[in-house]
Amino acid sequence: MQIKEKVREFLSRFLRNYNVADDENLFDNKLVNSLFAMQLIVFIEREFEIALTNDDFQLENFQTINSIATLIELKKGSVLGEINNGGQ
Amino acid sequence: MVVNKIKCVVWDLDNTLWSGTLVEGDNVTINKNVVEVIKKLDERGILHSISSKNEYHDAMNKLIEFNVAEYFLFPQINWEPKSTAISTIAKSINIGIDSIAFVDDSMFEREEVKFYFKEVLCIGVDDISQMLVMDGFMPRFITEDSKNRRLLYKEDMVRKHAEEVFQGAKEIFLATLNMVFIITKAKEEDLRRVEELTIRTHQLNSTGTIYSYDELRNMIHSENYLVLIAQLNDKYGSYGKIGICVIEKNSDSWYIRLLLMSCRVASRGVGAVMINFVINLAIQSNVKLFADFVQSERNRIMYITYKFNGFCEVSSTSGKILFEADIREPKSYMDYVIVCDQLNV
Repeated sequence: MQIKEKVREFLSRFLRNYNVADDENLFDNKLVNSLFAMQLIVFIEREFEIALTNDDFQLENFQTINSIATLIELKKGSVLGEINNGGQ
Repeated sequence: MVVNKIKCVVWDLDNTLWSGTLVEGDNVTINKNVVEVIKKLDERGILHSISSKNEYHDAMNKLIEFNVAEYFLFPQINWEPKSTAISTIAKSINIGIDSIAFVDDSMFEREEVKFYFKEVLCIGVDDISQMLVMDGFMPRFITEDSKNRRLLYKEDMVRKHAEEVFQGAKEIFLATLNMVFIITKAKEEDLRRVEELTIRTHQLNSTGTIYSYDELRNMIHSENYLVLIAQLNDKYGSYGKIGICVIEKNSDSWYIRLLLMSCRVASRGVGAVMINFVINLAIQSNVKLFADFVQSERNRIMYITYKFNGFCEVSSTSGKILFEADIREPKSYMDYVIVCDQLNV
């Protein structure tokens, strides 16, 4: 499954079948609160096997499905990058 | 060695709370000395639960007959391993597994629990009378909130059930609770509770600083400090005093030295209310707002709460972070909570 679909599925489970658009602002529209933010972060780390650090916790990174997917791709890319570098 | 303070005692039934084995048809009799211990610990604000291998309804009926059912939260009466019961109870009450004690006459059951959770304090029936004088069962002090703790959790069980059967988004459920978040300046009679919260709260705690009663008393009488305390009520009752904010005031800038919210309200979506209230207060007072943060293994949610509510790191050295708030615009609160400013009351 694609990253965005997985994130959307998680969101719709949380929001009980409310369908979120890729560019819909989760926080501005008050769909979610900081408690949810924590659950979202735990979900992202487990599902995509990445570790988010303090620098990643910018609201912009979590505002829409698009920005969440970009963050995940970036983190996954840097994991791969480290593995490749380690092999040299 | 630091002794872990026990927040909940999990009791076995057969040949522990009562004499005899219920499923074998014994005419079981309650052990009065055990009930005495339960009542005394309850008065100290220590919670009780049950892990017993029995038929649920038979055992519950016996507890009602013996007039003790009301003391037990989330009783686990089933045929699952007791380690599973302990884990379920810890999650339901939202406390650490290291703050649980387990009392069972069976060495096998104690060993089984110990195998999975070595941090659980396991006690045999011969040591029950000792519990009242053991250090782990002596809270540092007993406040109004700790005496009512069992009732607060009981109300919470009603809420949890309502939440489970509710169809619709979480925010809509929260709106049905009619939550009121009341913020006051801490008064002398609040300080034991403030001290208690600083010791008991780990997740939604910005710095982990523990202030003594005397330090707190000096602060509430000082011009240079503002100590805020928050209470949360809803249609089921009150959660008690659940949040604290210690602010050091300079002429042109304020520093949040400590911000914490009880884990009891972690699922209520009010973690950011106090932060936003203080931001608005700083805007009204025309001062810059800073906040200390000390990273621990358990308080990441607090870091995220600061960051997602407009705070930026201005410095960071070995786990100690200084945040500065964006105070350009006043903050609004989530629709499902009414914030009640009682600073001048």
